Amino acid sequence: MTMSYYKDDQLPRFGEISEGSPKLGEAFFSYYGKVFEDGALSAREKSLIALAVAHAVQCPYCIDAYTSDSLEKGADLEQMTEAVHVAVAIRGGASLVHGMQMLDQTRRMTM
Amino acid sequence: MIELDVLAGGDGATAAVDGPRRTTSMRSRRVPLTEPAEQFRLLAEVPVGSGPSGTGEFMRDVHASGWSDLRPDKLEIFQINLGKLCNMTCMHCHVDSGPDRTEEVMDRATVDACLRALEASGAHTVDLTGGAPELNPNFEYLVDACVSMGKQVLDRCNLTILTVPRFAHLPEFFAERGVEVVCSLPHYRKLGTDAQRGEGTYAKSLKALRALNDAGYGAGDPKRQLTLVTNPVGAFLAGSQSSLELEWKAALAQNHDVYFDRLLALNNMPMSRYLEWLEQRGSTEAYLNRLVSAFNPATISGLMCRNTLSVDWRGFLYDCDFNQQLDMVLSDDRGEPRHVSSFSLDAWRNHDIMTNRHCYGCTAGAGSGCGGAIT
Repeated sequence: MTMSYYKDDQLPRFGEISEGSPKLGEAFFSYYGKVFEDGALSAREKSLIALAVAHAVQCPYCIDAYTSDSLEKGADLEQMTEAVHVAVAIRGGASLVHGMQMLDQTRRMTM
Repeated sequence: MIELDVLAGGDGATAAVDGPRRTTSMRSRRVPLTEPAEQFRLLAEVPVGSGPSGTGEFMRDVHASGWSDLRPDKLEIFQINLGKLCNMTCMHCHVDSGPDRTEEVMDRATVDACLRALEASGAHTVDLTGGAPELNPNFEYLVDACVSMGKQVLDRCNLTILTVPRFAHLPEFFAERGVEVVCSLPHYRKLGTDAQRGEGTYAKSLKALRALNDAGYGAGDPKRQLTLVTNPVGAFLAGSQSSLELEWKAALAQNHDVYFDRLLALNNMPMSRYLEWLEQRGSTEAYLNRLVSAFNPATISGLMCRNTLSVDWRGFLYDCDFNQQLDMVLSDDRGEPRHVSSFSLDAWRNHDIMTNRHCYGCTAGAGSGCGGAIT
């Protein structure tokens, strides 16, 4: 038997997650839909934020979903690549800024 | 005999029709997909399980949406395809247009037959398309005749043709006659535009848009309407037309000081060169299923086949320009193809619209057609 994580048929079946708790499922999907509507931020800006976050949380479902969605919202490859670099910069920066703890402790411990 | 100005591209194109070239016409490459029968075959063999009827049969989905038949409503738009000749060869072209298609151009007698039928049709708008309609030698004659009949005239322009010196007068010509200019521009940035329409398209398009702005277009004047048309640069559906329009207006104004009046967002039809591209990517099945699963019954009443008559360069009649390129000609009781020279409004009103699987492109999402989104 072949088993693997992250099956691509699971994304279109995401709604089935409501099976164990229809009430919570419905509440989540209703909230989710409202989050991505045009508001103070445009639907396209929200889609690009989602694409960046998808890379930060390393979710292959979300990367697929928000690549398609960003394209459909009118973003192009350059804009989407810049969004991904924002995630990269924050992830890299988050590691590097922890280096301040290392630096301060090293200064305490050394002459 | 090879003409002296034939270019080295191998598609028989001449230097007389200069423009960006992204590919060559399928016809010049003599590929089997040029034939409508081959296109229908590829679409027919795609397994489809979604849509209202779950069958992937377009008319069954129309029936399942509460429509007993699909017939015309009121004839509003008289669309004339002046020929397949174009100075460009875009990747997605549903006409398989190109600079090699020099023989398929409407002649003066057919143009005059169109004008007589236009009178009888009662349509308020004449929609000129191609190819690049401006390349037809009868183009300005036809525009003038339609304007003097009091018709709203709309030119479907690829923009780059306006940068060819012998067509540089057209923005002023259009402005003097109140012609609406409907321009193809898939994206407001260079990357996607040139990927679909050929290197250099974006720069030439901006130059043409500036010329149209200088002639008074794009400033909100109803007699100088500048409309842009976007279609996806790839295998996905068109986005929200109203949302995109706001973004495009801001971006073109800020980045290029260029202005337009409205944006139309169209889906790509799974046919002709776009179908060839889908086939090369192995994406035909996924794209057709994307269209069918997005079938929107609310689009049916506003489908363009219900208010548009489409005429080809020889004068034959169709339900839309897509059907025209797929040789789905209207026929009379004896099975003879209907011709513009014997146009009858009554017969048009009472015919059944011809459909096939490509029609799912017009009913997907917010709907799509030559007039943009439907819902």
